[in-house]
Amino acid sequence: MGILTSLLAGLVFGLGLLISGMASPAKVLGFLDIAGQWDPSLALVMVGAIAVGLVAFTLARRRAVSLLGFEMKLPTARHIDRRLIIGSLLFGIGWGVAGLCPGPALVALGTGQPKSVVFLAAMLAGMGIFELLERARLTRQRA
Amino acid sequence: MTIDWNAFTPLLALAGGLLIGVAAAMFVLFNGRIAGISGVLGGLLRPVKGDIAWRVAFLGGLVLAPVLFVMFGGRTGRIDAGFGALVLAGLLVGVGTRYAAGCTSGHGVCGLSRLSPRSLVATLSFMGAGFATVFIVRHLLGA
Repeated sequence: MGILTSLLAGLVFGLGLLISGMASPAKVLGFLDIAGQWDPSLALVMVGAIAVGLVAFTLARRRAVSLLGFEMKLPTARHIDRRLIIGSLLFGIGWGVAGLCPGPALVALGTGQPKSVVFLAAMLAGMGIFELLERARLTRQRA
Repeated sequence: MTIDWNAFTPLLALAGGLLIGVAAAMFVLFNGRIAGISGVLGGLLRPVKGDIAWRVAFLGGLVLAPVLFVMFGGRTGRIDAGFGALVLAGLLVGVGTRYAAGCTSGHGVCGLSRLSPRSLVATLSFMGAGFATVFIVRHLLGA
């Protein structure tokens, strides 16, 4: 059952990206181009998503387990550190270069665009580099 | 700043945003998980038994969404960036989102919905970097 709701959540998320136009890099770049002809659509996508999210996470916080009986895995990290800020800045630069973030890139894969494979392969390589650096750091810490 | 009224699609943006919110709501209320795409995907690079299927199902839903969308007459966007830009962007998005422990979905949608100060800092950082990058690429380099 958890697999089915996961699939459904991914599907609805993807449809939301498509209907809002956020699966289109041109539209995302139109939002990020505040000095040019600015397309504020992305801001309204956030407003819509957060309006529902506020209610959902308020309900979620009151529960010990999910409706299907799974443990609630809500983030516990609260510290604002260099990793958070530098990581976000690097992500933002990459986002601005191609107009793609992870969700829309996966949606683009489903449209059969070969370019999405190039982006996703590089993104997975980037995530792999993080894993290697993290493992090296943890080994150093233990030593 | 001039608003591009031809590109601005407020109703579709809001409707798509609501759907994204519904997807995040379903995911946290049924599965007890944050609908953060970089995190769901990145977790597969550190595979843990029993923690794989729901990730694949969620990501599969995202990839399947455009198939359904096109079937109902929807139009999908196109990736315009060139090969080099996609590789660079992908690497930055991959490394950055993992260090930041979240992307547009995890921090931008879910984190802001949880009123997390950490996610607010992340969102302001990647949006700021995105604005700056597009400004440099479009208005200083003139690409």
